[in-house]
Amino acid sequence: MISNNKMFGILVPIISVLLGLIAGAIIMLGSGHNPIRGYVALWNGAFGDGYTLGETIRRTTPLILTGLAVAFAFKTGLFNIGAEGQVIIGWLAAVWVGLVIDAPMIIHLPLSVLAGAIAGGLWGFLPGILKAKLGVHEVIVTIMMNYIALFTTNEIIRSVLTDGKTTTESIPQTASLASAWLQGLTLYSRVHYGILIALFAAFLMWFIIERTTYGYELKAVGFNQHASNYSGMNVSKNIILSMVIAGAFAGLAGAMEGLGTYGSISVMSGFTNLGFDGIAVALLGSNHAFGIVIAALLFGALKEGAGEMPTTAGVPTELVDIIIALIIFFVASSYMIRWAILRFKKEEK
Amino acid sequence: MEYAIEMLNIRKEFPGIVANDNITIQLKKGEIHALLGENGAGKSTLMNVLFGLYQPEKGEIRVKDRKVNITNPNIANDLGIGMVHQHFMLVEPFTVTQNIVLGKEPTNKFGKIDIAKARKEIQELSDRYGLKVDPDSKISDISVGMQQRVEILKTLYRGAEVLIFDEPTAVLTPQEISELMEIMRSLVKEGKSIILITHKLKEIMEVCDRCTVIRKGKGIGTVNVSETNATELASLMVGREVHFKTEKKEAQPGENVLQIKNLYVKDSRKVDLVKGLDLEVKAGEIVGIAGVDGNGQSELIEAITGLAKTNSGSIRVNNKEISNFSPRKITESGVGHIPQDRHKYGLVLDYSIGENIVLQTYYKKPYSKAKVLNYKEIFRKAEDLIKEYDVRTPSVYTKARALSGGNQQKAIIGREVDRSPDLLIAAQPTRGLDVGAIESIHKKLIEERDKGKAILLISFELDEIMNVSDRVAVMFDGKIVANVKPEETNEQELGLLMAGSRVKAGERNQ
Repeated sequence: MISNNKMFGILVPIISVLLGLIAGAIIMLGSGHNPIRGYVALWNGAFGDGYTLGETIRRTTPLILTGLAVAFAFKTGLFNIGAEGQVIIGWLAAVWVGLVIDAPMIIHLPLSVLAGAIAGGLWGFLPGILKAKLGVHEVIVTIMMNYIALFTTNEIIRSVLTDGKTTTESIPQTASLASAWLQGLTLYSRVHYGILIALFAAFLMWFIIERTTYGYELKAVGFNQHASNYSGMNVSKNIILSMVIAGAFAGLAGAMEGLGTYGSISVMSGFTNLGFDGIAVALLGSNHAFGIVIAALLFGALKEGAGEMPTTAGVPTELVDIIIALIIFFVASSYMIRWAILRFKKEEK
Repeated sequence: MEYAIEMLNIRKEFPGIVANDNITIQLKKGEIHALLGENGAGKSTLMNVLFGLYQPEKGEIRVKDRKVNITNPNIANDLGIGMVHQHFMLVEPFTVTQNIVLGKEPTNKFGKIDIAKARKEIQELSDRYGLKVDPDSKISDISVGMQQRVEILKTLYRGAEVLIFDEPTAVLTPQEISELMEIMRSLVKEGKSIILITHKLKEIMEVCDRCTVIRKGKGIGTVNVSETNATELASLMVGREVHFKTEKKEAQPGENVLQIKNLYVKDSRKVDLVKGLDLEVKAGEIVGIAGVDGNGQSELIEAITGLAKTNSGSIRVNNKEISNFSPRKITESGVGHIPQDRHKYGLVLDYSIGENIVLQTYYKKPYSKAKVLNYKEIFRKAEDLIKEYDVRTPSVYTKARALSGGNQQKAIIGREVDRSPDLLIAAQPTRGLDVGAIESIHKKLIEERDKGKAILLISFELDEIMNVSDRVAVMFDGKIVANVKPEETNEQELGLLMAGSRVKAGERNQ
């Protein structure tokens, strides 16, 4: 028998997505657009041909990783708002190593990817140790770390990696995740091998959390620190470890952008939003690795497909932001949906 | 005969379990009616049905001979049913008056809360029933017993005719318990009716008129308290003969297992609470620590188990110094600990029973290998333990949170005893449990003793200390002030020692 909690974990997001799409349709109707044409355009914009499919996967890749970054910390009872900063710092580190090191691909590429993960991990380590040793709330620290990452990175791009320019040179082929083969398959989209790394990371998270003693400890600390301490677990160590692994996932997301999509890093006027979207992805994916992959794909598709809506259906792209916001609203207010499901089940009896 | 409330043939099911199966309880006007049953027998479920928190699958509820349909607590309130919960629902920084009016604030004609009017009304209610509650005190400043009276006032203020008390004495001191009994008597004298949910037979015999017994979700029957006795009630509840006095052989103490010398421990406010304590527990003996709560017992346990740092002094287990070791190292040195607060320390409530069973051993073979958990072994172990220790749970995959307190405790005891520690610390192991569970836990402790383990029992129940211990160490003001044999002392003498008023000559700090 499937337990109630599991059932809700699957049903609530699906119903939320449907409600979000229905509400989006109503808004389109209300503003004088044809919702069927709007959604057909959205679908075609995301999965219509090889190119859009490739771009959808490219958008999905970092969202999987930032979703994992938020969910992993959440399993230990920590709210990692810092995925954003961890993405930026991971991006910087990956490109930096990509630019300055000269080595054959078999060494250079893994090293660059690893640099992104380590930098992100370090960006998670600081809030982790502050939380564990001094009890400083991780939400405050990670939010501040986001700004530190953004402005430090911009300054490093301008004054260290370039000579006052806003974009670095492109990384050499030996550090690139780009794949001529994948691009050929998808009519020269920017899809890259990073999706494999993201999927592997999702599997890794599932394995660590569900199958290892590390996951057992991390979850126990998240549920009840007193009992964890009583049973001999090191609570501080687990808090730090959780933030480091979460940061490493987000750092990898940055590396995907730097080594895969763009092949460089540019001065940013604001946040990438990959980290913040990761919070929504984790929420929609019920903090479960598989759910996160699906949720990231949905977000990637919505964002990619939105581009097609103004040209063929006359619907403004902002509508997709509204739909995403509504989906999040419905997930967050899952209590209503649970209540409705329970009512429905009872009447069935 | 008109009944204040009748619950007829109530049936309530949860997935995988029938919590109430054909239970009938009829409450006469002006009586105190006990609802007796073991932990997990379905008492709370039945009352939640009455209070509108659950809907029954079958059966009917009648109030004053009228069939009613209680679908939420507001309807129960309107029908004059009030519940005094076991866990208080009070806002700590608010005053008594503010808490009582919360949700039913009286307002003047401009819509402003008329607190003065409420205050007066509450004062009157308090005086009428002899509750002695000060309407202006803050909840955070008053004792647990007083807080309970605020809960009682809350129901009276809302016009309750029928009061349900959910295990009201679990959190009270003996003094507060006898005061509560007085209050209950004055409530019925004023025409209220009371349902008392409990598993304490002493209280039923003392204060109740009739008693309805339920066992494993089934209604067993209703008896007049004047025509029965505690032994009969106990066997009705448990379904077999119950022995109040635990049988045990003479202890055969061996080598010292625990040896504490001149121990000092500070609490979180940096105040010394254990002040130069000496204590020994030998293999094959049960040492009971008797004392009034707050004399350093909790700090002593925390120091032995590594949850708190010691300031000075030595703690040796099997002749190895363990003071200020990490909890894990202490566990591995052969110490088991049944914690006083099972929800805070003993269990991860959101983990399954199976996962809780390996809380200290998950990192060892066969439960994991190379850091990878072997859930098959974990759940197999859990299956064995729940059978051996009679933990009633739908399955080993059920979350610990879903179990009744007694079954949670049995799971913890199973886990700790099964590791076969040389020293077992049992802190209030039977708190909040019914006689059947208490009996089996005492038996387990004595069994372990007979296997040559050292057992340190901490309890605020003198009955338990006298019944189970081979030696009683009286703790007062952070020190052991006397060591006595239970058969050579009595409750009066222990009571005096616990109050620090008399120290037996020549036995101090032995």
